[in-house]
Amino acid sequence: MEVDRVDGRTPNQLRPLTCSCNVLNRAHGSARWSQGDTILLAAVYGPKAGTRKNGNPEKASIEVIWKPKTGQIGKEEKEYEMILERTLQSICLLTVNPNTTTSIILQVVNDDGAVSFLENYVMFKMTYLTKKVQLLPSAINAASAALLDAGIPLKHLAVAISCGLEESGSVLLDPTKLEEQKMKAFAYLVFPNSVASILPEASLQVEGELLEHGMITSVTHGVMLVDSYLHCLERGRSASAKMSDFLRRSLQSRVPNDLPKTG
Amino acid sequence: MRFFKKTTWAPSLRRLSGLRREEKQEDIMGLTDASGDLAGEMEVDAFRRLFPLRFYERHLLESIRPDARPLGKARDTTMALGAVASADGSALVKIGHTTMLAAIKMEVMTPASESPGEGCIAIDFHMPPICSPLIRPGRPAEAAPVLSKQLTDIILSSEMVDLKELCLIPGKAAWMAYLDIYCLDADGALFDAALLSAVAAFSHLCIPAVSVNDEGRVFAISEEQIEGKSLKEPLNKGKRKLTLSCTPLALTCILHKKYILADPTAEEESIMETLATVVLDMSGRLVSFYKPGGTFLAYTSAVQDCISLTRQRVKELQEILTEAIADLELD
Repeated sequence: MEVDRVDGRTPNQLRPLTCSCNVLNRAHGSARWSQGDTILLAAVYGPKAGTRKNGNPEKASIEVIWKPKTGQIGKEEKEYEMILERTLQSICLLTVNPNTTTSIILQVVNDDGAVSFLENYVMFKMTYLTKKVQLLPSAINAASAALLDAGIPLKHLAVAISCGLEESGSVLLDPTKLEEQKMKAFAYLVFPNSVASILPEASLQVEGELLEHGMITSVTHGVMLVDSYLHCLERGRSASAKMSDFLRRSLQSRVPNDLPKTG
Repeated sequence: MRFFKKTTWAPSLRRLSGLRREEKQEDIMGLTDASGDLAGEMEVDAFRRLFPLRFYERHLLESIRPDARPLGKARDTTMALGAVASADGSALVKIGHTTMLAAIKMEVMTPASESPGEGCIAIDFHMPPICSPLIRPGRPAEAAPVLSKQLTDIILSSEMVDLKELCLIPGKAAWMAYLDIYCLDADGALFDAALLSAVAAFSHLCIPAVSVNDEGRVFAISEEQIEGKSLKEPLNKGKRKLTLSCTPLALTCILHKKYILADPTAEEESIMETLATVVLDMSGRLVSFYKPGGTFLAYTSAVQDCISLTRQRVKELQEILTEAIADLELD
């Protein structure tokens, strides 16, 4: 069932993406990621000597600092930091530089337009829950582009996508903040990027499924049916393939003899 | 320096995993021959501390865990309603060693202008230093604000409590429920225990009787005043208990290679870091699928297995909850 979206996109269409790397000249790696009106800036400093307190010295540790656009740092920011830390830990090769710390700082530049003052109760409740959550997928994308720019050893990139579930059960990809407020549930999914390989597909499979179909992170809000969630996973996977292509095109075009900034 | 007990491999393993001695002897021989390292000569405790992952993988090969639980089974769960006498609703929940104490205090406040017919719930999760040796006084635990927010999201989005029931006088007075959950012992699967204790506390909650005085202010009245001369009629005479619909219940699983371990202990969580928490409500809808990163990716089969393990667990928890409520009513 085709649903007309406010900005004229089809249900499977993503917002216009732009990714620029190397935007900060002090940071070891940086990236500015924008998805429609959501703009995030990520900076990477590292690897620095010494692990965090109570960190495992046999592995590198990752530290994430989230800076909101306005307001003080509260529980929400701590949660994003924790989710980002665990997601990025799973994509980095932690054993290459043991006993080091890599810091990733995320600054929210714009979070998708102003929130109009809402008249009815449902919307008020949803804004409490969704205040800044729709930043999470863009943040993960920005952070992985920044890690790439810094030259931190990675297994693969993390590609994040948000899926919204309407009342009717149809899935909308990459909803804007306004669309999210009207939805009853949404899911943020992170997948590894797609593999472009000359080997036949069968050899890249793990238990009958492609490597890039495994989900790294999933955060859901709102109540949904189990089948709807599985449906979201399917759509998320196909969207992540499209995003991986975009990342490959935009990041591969960088000049190969960039001087490294560490050391 | 810790002195390890002088124990040999076989009886310790039997004690740990509860299997018969003859079976275990055979398995040990098989295992040590296969791996060929100094595991056979080392004491169990030392091996467990030095090579924790290998220790666990040895057990996973036999589809069992060091505490003799099968992979999909959760720990023993007990619940005690009304643990805090001064609170309006409280519950003490234990899942294995993980202990959570939840208590609700009700307060009258003016409702927000956007929602004049509804009350409010404020949820806070605390991890005092008593719960774990890793938490120091003065430095709040990193997990506490994250769990606090997660609990708030789940309880509000699942709409377990109908906020309209918390209204007293529309536009003027409504209840604010302060739910505080204290972790008394952190031994893994904190979210599961915390959510269960919150649900149990809400089931036990008895809203205090209130009445309006001449100036239009709402004040609490005690039981004697209601039964006695009753100059002031209680405002909420009939509505003292909340009706809970679609209570959410959770199960945390660890994904490790092709194994899925339900209800991990703190030791298991620290060794195998990929966790997935599934929250289902009584009608089988998915309230949350929370997997914050982790080394192992979740394929569709793993997602479906976690959800089916959670379904079984929700049935068990529902029984425990109804039993606890029934016991309370008998008193």
